[in-house]
Amino acid sequence: MDIVLQQLVNGLTLGSVYGLIAIGYTMVYGIIGMINFAHGDVYMVSAYITAIAIALLTFFGIESFPIIIIGTLFLTVAVTGAYGWVIERVAYRPLRNSSRLSVLISAIGMSLILQNYVQLSQGANQQGVPTLLTGAIRFSVGDGFVQITYMKLLILLISLLGMGVLTYVIQKTKLGRMCRATQQDRKMASILGIDTDKVISTVFVIGAMMAALAGVLITLDYGAFDFYVGFIIGIKAFTAAVLGGIGSLPGAMLGGLILGLSEALFAGLISSDYKDVFSFSLLVLILIIRPSGLLGKPEVEKV
Amino acid sequence: MTVLMEFKEVDVHYGPIQALKKVSLTVNEGEIVTLIGANGAGKSTLLMSIFGQPRISSGEIIYRGEDISQKSAHYVASHGLAQSPEGRRIFPGMSVEENLLMGTIPIGMDHAEEDMQRMFELFPRLLERRNQRASTMSGGEQQMLAIARALMSRPKLLLLDEPSLGLAPIIVKQIFQILKDVASTGMTIFLVEQNANHALKLANRGYVMVNGEIRMTGTGEELLVNPEVREAYLGGH
Repeated sequence: MDIVLQQLVNGLTLGSVYGLIAIGYTMVYGIIGMINFAHGDVYMVSAYITAIAIALLTFFGIESFPIIIIGTLFLTVAVTGAYGWVIERVAYRPLRNSSRLSVLISAIGMSLILQNYVQLSQGANQQGVPTLLTGAIRFSVGDGFVQITYMKLLILLISLLGMGVLTYVIQKTKLGRMCRATQQDRKMASILGIDTDKVISTVFVIGAMMAALAGVLITLDYGAFDFYVGFIIGIKAFTAAVLGGIGSLPGAMLGGLILGLSEALFAGLISSDYKDVFSFSLLVLILIIRPSGLLGKPEVEKV
Repeated sequence: MTVLMEFKEVDVHYGPIQALKKVSLTVNEGEIVTLIGANGAGKSTLLMSIFGQPRISSGEIIYRGEDISQKSAHYVASHGLAQSPEGRRIFPGMSVEENLLMGTIPIGMDHAEEDMQRMFELFPRLLERRNQRASTMSGGEQQMLAIARALMSRPKLLLLDEPSLGLAPIIVKQIFQILKDVASTGMTIFLVEQNANHALKLANRGYVMVNGEIRMTGTGEELLVNPEVREAYLGGH
C-alpha cells in the first residue's frame, strides 16, 4: 500500500514535468504542424543554464537558497526562451513555405547542433549542481510511510503554476486568442492583421520557457546532467503529447500526468528496469488504438 | 469623388496559369462596387491578392495613394482593409464573442464592447449565440459572424467574398438587407458575387469578370438590364 502511494507521489511529480515539456511539442505542432525534434535539447540546454545561473548568483554573493532557486528559475526561463526564439528564427522560419519533411530534417539538424555545441563548450563529462533544498514530509501509512521531499513538492507546485498561468494566457488574453487564431487558420489570422510570424516565434519561446521550468526543477532535484539528457526525456514528453492528443494543450498536461503516473507505478510494482519499454509500448498502443490521442481531434478539414 | 482603392493592370499567375489578366478597377470612397462573374473567373484571387496571397506578378494595387501590392497581409489589414473571405473562415474552436474580438486586432480593444453591441443590433442572431462555439452555428449565422468580424476593425473598405454562397434564398435576402444598412452608414463596400441579381441591385457600380479579365463595367442598373449580363448571370429572362 505504501509503495503504491509513494509511487503515485513520484509519478505525479514526474508526470507534471513531462507535461511541461510536452507543452512545447504540442503547441509547436498545433501552430505549424511540425514535431520540433530539437525540443528535448532545449531542455538539455536549460539544465546547463541552471548550473551557470546558480554559479553566477553564488558568485555575486547571494547565499540564501530560496533566492538562488527563484533567481535561477527566472534567469534560466529567460535565457532558454531566447534560445527558443533563435532556434525558430534560424532553423524553421526560412523553411516556412517548404515541405514538412525539410522542416523535420532541419529540426533533427538543430538537435545535433545543440548537443554538439554543448558538448564542445561545456565538455562531455557529467556535470552537477549542489543540493539547494533538502528535507521531506513523511506520512505513516500502515506499517510503512510515504515520503514527499520538499523538492518534489516544489516541482509539483511550480509545474502546476506554470500550466495554470499558460492556460489562462491562452484562454483569456489577446495573445492567447492570437495564438489560437493562428493555429486554427493561419491565412485568416494574417488577413485579420495578426503578424503570424511573430505569433509562431512567441509559441516557440513559450515552449522553450516551459521546458526550462522543467529543466531547472529536474536539475535541482536530480543534481547531475550531461549533454545527452534531452534525448530520453524529450521522447518521453513527446509520448505524453501524443498520448494526450498532439496539438491539444490540456491534452499535453493530461498526457504527461498519465504517462508519469503509469510509469512510476510500473517501476514500483513490476520492474524499474523496463519502465522505458513500458512507456514506449504505451505510445505504440495509443498510435494503434487512438491515433488522435485522448483529447486530440482527428484531422478533418472543416468547411 | 476620391479614389480609395485602384487596381492598375494587375496580373496574377499560379505557376503557368494566369488567373488575372491586366485587371484594372477602382473603388471610390463611399461607393458600393460589385464584381460579378462565374465560378473560377478569378474573383476570389483578386480579393486575396489585396492581402498578398497570392502576390501579383505585375501591375499595382493602390490604396489611399500607396502601392500595397508587396506589403504583408497584416500591414494591409492594419490600414483599414477588412475582408469577409470566401468560405467565411470563422475560427471554429472559438466562441462568437472571441471571433468578434479577433476583428479588433488592427485597432485594439478600446471600442470592443461598444462595437460588439453594434454588431449584435445589426445581427441579433449573434447575440443569442454569443458564447456558443462558432463551428456549431448554421451557414447563415457563420456568414453573419464573418461580416461582423470584418466590421469590428472599423474598416475604411469592407471586402466581401460571396456572402450569399451556399445559403437559403431567405437568408441571402436578410444578409443583403443588412449590407444595405451597413452601406447607409457611409461604409465603402467592394462586393464579389455570383449572385448577380442581388449584387447589382445593391451596388452603385459593377464590373463583370470572365476568365480573369474585366469584360464589362457600368452602373448597377445598366448591368442589370444589359442583355449579355442577363443571358450569362441572370438566367436569361
